[in-house]
Amino acid sequence: MIPEIGNFAVILALLLALTQAVLPLYGAQRGNLTLMAVARPAAQGQFVLIAFAFGCLAYSFLASDFSVQNVAKNSSSQMAWFYKFTATWGSHEGSMLMWVLILAFWSAAVSVFSRHLPEDMAARVLGVLGLISVGFLSFMLFTSNPFERLLPAALEGSDLNPLLQDWGMIIHPPMLYMGYVGFAVAYAFAMAALLSGKMDVAWARWSRPWTTVAWAFLTCGVALGSWWAYRELGWGGWWFWDPVENASFMPWLAGTALMHSLAATEKRGVFKAWTVLLALTVFSLSLLGTFLVRSGVLSSVHSFATDPGRGAYLLGFFLVVIGGSLVLYAWRAPKMISGSSFGWYSRESLLLANNVILIAALASVLLGTLYPLFIDAMGLGKLSVGPPYFNAVFVPLIAPALFLMGVGPLARWKEASLPDIVTRMKWALGVALATGLLLPLTLNGFNVWASLGFFLAVWIALAVLAAFIDRLKHAQGGLLQKLAGLPSGFWGMQLAHLGMAIGVAGIAVVANYSSERDVRMEVGSYAKLGGYTFTFRGTTEHDGPNYRAARGTLEVSQDGKPVATLQPEKRVYNISGMAMTEASVHANIFRDIYVSMGDQLDDKGTWIVRLYHKPFINWLWLAALFMVVGGIMAASDKRYRIALRRSDAAKNLATQGSAS
Amino acid sequence: MSRIHHCLLVMLLAFSLPALAEEVLAPKQALPMHDPVIEQRLVKLAEELRCVVCQNETLAASPAELAVDLRREIREQMKAGKDDQQVIAYLVERYGDFVLYRPPFKPVTWLLWLGPVLFLGIGGGAWYMTLRRRRDAQPAPVDEQKRAAAAQLLEEK
Amino acid sequence: MKWLPLVLFLALVGFFAKGLFLDPREVPSPFIGRTAPAFTLPLVGDANASFSPADMKGKVWILNVWAPWCVTCRQEHGFLMQLAQTGVIPIVGLNWKDKERKAEALLARTGNPYVAVPEDLDGRVGIDYGVTAVPETYLIDKQGIVRLKHTGLIDPGVWKSKFEPKLKALGA
Repeated sequence: MIPEIGNFAVILALLLALTQAVLPLYGAQRGNLTLMAVARPAAQGQFVLIAFAFGCLAYSFLASDFSVQNVAKNSSSQMAWFYKFTATWGSHEGSMLMWVLILAFWSAAVSVFSRHLPEDMAARVLGVLGLISVGFLSFMLFTSNPFERLLPAALEGSDLNPLLQDWGMIIHPPMLYMGYVGFAVAYAFAMAALLSGKMDVAWARWSRPWTTVAWAFLTCGVALGSWWAYRELGWGGWWFWDPVENASFMPWLAGTALMHSLAATEKRGVFKAWTVLLALTVFSLSLLGTFLVRSGVLSSVHSFATDPGRGAYLLGFFLVVIGGSLVLYAWRAPKMISGSSFGWYSRESLLLANNVILIAALASVLLGTLYPLFIDAMGLGKLSVGPPYFNAVFVPLIAPALFLMGVGPLARWKEASLPDIVTRMKWALGVALATGLLLPLTLNGFNVWASLGFFLAVWIALAVLAAFIDRLKHAQGGLLQKLAGLPSGFWGMQLAHLGMAIGVAGIAVVANYSSERDVRMEVGSYAKLGGYTFTFRGTTEHDGPNYRAARGTLEVSQDGKPVATLQPEKRVYNISGMAMTEASVHANIFRDIYVSMGDQLDDKGTWIVRLYHKPFINWLWLAALFMVVGGIMAASDKRYRIALRRSDAAKNLATQGSAS
Repeated sequence: MSRIHHCLLVMLLAFSLPALAEEVLAPKQALPMHDPVIEQRLVKLAEELRCVVCQNETLAASPAELAVDLRREIREQMKAGKDDQQVIAYLVERYGDFVLYRPPFKPVTWLLWLGPVLFLGIGGGAWYMTLRRRRDAQPAPVDEQKRAAAAQLLEEK
Repeated sequence: MKWLPLVLFLALVGFFAKGLFLDPREVPSPFIGRTAPAFTLPLVGDANASFSPADMKGKVWILNVWAPWCVTCRQEHGFLMQLAQTGVIPIVGLNWKDKERKAEALLARTGNPYVAVPEDLDGRVGIDYGVTAVPETYLIDKQGIVRLKHTGLIDPGVWKSKFEPKLKALGA
């Protein structure tokens, strides 16, 4: 009964989404307030219905109802309850339901936090979001319904893929989707501007916080994915430039460019058409990602089971949504060009340079990801494009953008002088260069990439410091008072930039100074790596809820002093028979020591053990944290909320005026 | 047994006991799975090669049987003195360019390798043109109606 | 200029549409048009005898890579028996990575469509031929040049559409 109710709720949601799309958009064209007012309740109703449907599916999983096909294929009665819950979104169908749930959530959020927008703009934004909902709800209902029954019901499920039975699975997809799907709001704002044919600077101020929050979520989601892969896959890597990873990274790059472009549009009214195009591009990349993962056109470890039928539907949807918006762009955008001027070293100019570099990097990642498909489609054979290409191309491209992070925030709007900036930053440049050249020598020998990384990281960090010093010079009160008085927009920018510096430093170290060893360990033997001694104490048998494991014990010490006891496992899952290795990690801010079990070599308990020393790896996750916090701070800047009150007042005046 | 034999036996035991004790008490250092020098070369090379039977994994990391066989094969070739280029040629001869994660620079991949430079160049050009235009742009003529409305709003406060 | 994004996008969609019909994991063999790699392997059940591709010079023949543990090979076996009985083309069965040596018993039980069954225990010859899975089948011409490689099951449909046209062209 419950799956059927859930299915019915989805159908109702589709009807409501249709209403949310058609009536307000038509109403906005015609100036009909009644029709426009349909948008808010429709969006909220849609969210309630889909949340309810999601609850029905989750219930089926928690109750291990194997008469539901999705539950039978992706769960088992032996799993821990929290993995049964996450299995709700562990398949293509389930994750589509999560997609529409999160879209409905954002739409409902817009309906609540848009009181200060003019009615026609709010109606258009919600209307466009409704259109997207219609597309995905229909896709789900007609090709990927998670509520399909399996009759007769299975006695036991096929179990969730062991790789997904991990903490990371619980949190990574929801965060990622909050970001991915959140950019639909930026897209909807851009479409609303194009549909209305006008765009004033206020538009940028309205759409900026939505964009920033979506960006923060996406940063969190991408970082979590990387962290999960690092811990779970056991090869010590954290980024593989796999097509699906790229599919989440490209919207991030475009989203970063969009945030910076919006800054210029908000403050100076420039780049309007470009910002609109970027907003369209970011969401297009989200849709592209959705297509790539589910259509089977690219080979990836992350792909869901593929089906050309679904791929065709998604491609058609993609064509209509993006093609349509690009037609609208070509038609309406030229009217938006403004004539403000700015100089060579102005902040506008540097932001434009930032955008150029980010888009060039994005285009390169896109090219590399799709190149095998291009070549195959033209009958020119089969190629692979992997990490060596992406690393060779991306790092040199992004380096100038990182360098500009030390210059841009210091440049003034409209006009700035290069000599002035140089004077303020010359000591920072000196320190950064010195660090870049000398630090690698103290670590493990000179390495040009590590050198570049350290230089850029120190440069950005010192630029953040310089910005604070500059700002605080003119502030009132004691130090803490001054700091508290700085606007959150400023704090957000500096924290996010500092996060980048931390990330670059971390990558510079872990990419160039990690070490690993494969050793055959008899019980009682020891091995050394990175200054640590690992002593193997043998294995014990251990049963989990849905697996059997051989659990190894390794005592780690440094200079004779014990540091940790690590217990990696080699698991065999009962139902699928899949073998999996569960690494054991000891982390601190300076390094991870990471151990995983290979194969058993003989009956006396000799095993192949893989040891890793990963210095500064945790700086990557710390960097993401800084960026997320920075993003949230920037989005919560007072001026967005003051503007709210002021335009409420203006609206009241306007309605009074029109009433009399 | 004669006295001398007895003494010899005791001496033998006395000398061998500590040796026995050492074997039992001192922990053994684990041996690397394979020759570390070759292994380092292998891993570095195999990280740029594709496991042709996997969904998208390197030859270095893959646990698939064919990957294990190929790693064994490469190890033997390296021991026999082959250099990296020869090993790559060996694999490409059998599995095609598909096995390389670093695409070779040939006409079919010119666009791939030169594309990023092109993108940056086009972007840089666009940046330059935009700035030239902006530098020389005249401020937009102010709409008198808007100016009046703004003045009125300022009066109202 | 304003139409450029749309044009680029449409081109992209075109590629994706084509891509939906392609399989990114299907890898073409680099051996097509090249001489079949040489090898000498002992036969299953008769270590004194051996097989080498040179033995088949002057004939158009098929090299079928199979293994007793491979389920799809068992499914293909029926068709291969039929093919062998028609005598149209000789089939050599390369027994790949059969560590438990089950081939002889299996063929005795189910029938042997092969003119020779060389034994590749450690898979080295397989690597030389770029074998990635079983079953895989090569069509080799009179000069010993590989003309066709098929990955996966051969059934009457595949035989008719892929192999027969090539056989006619080679004059077999």
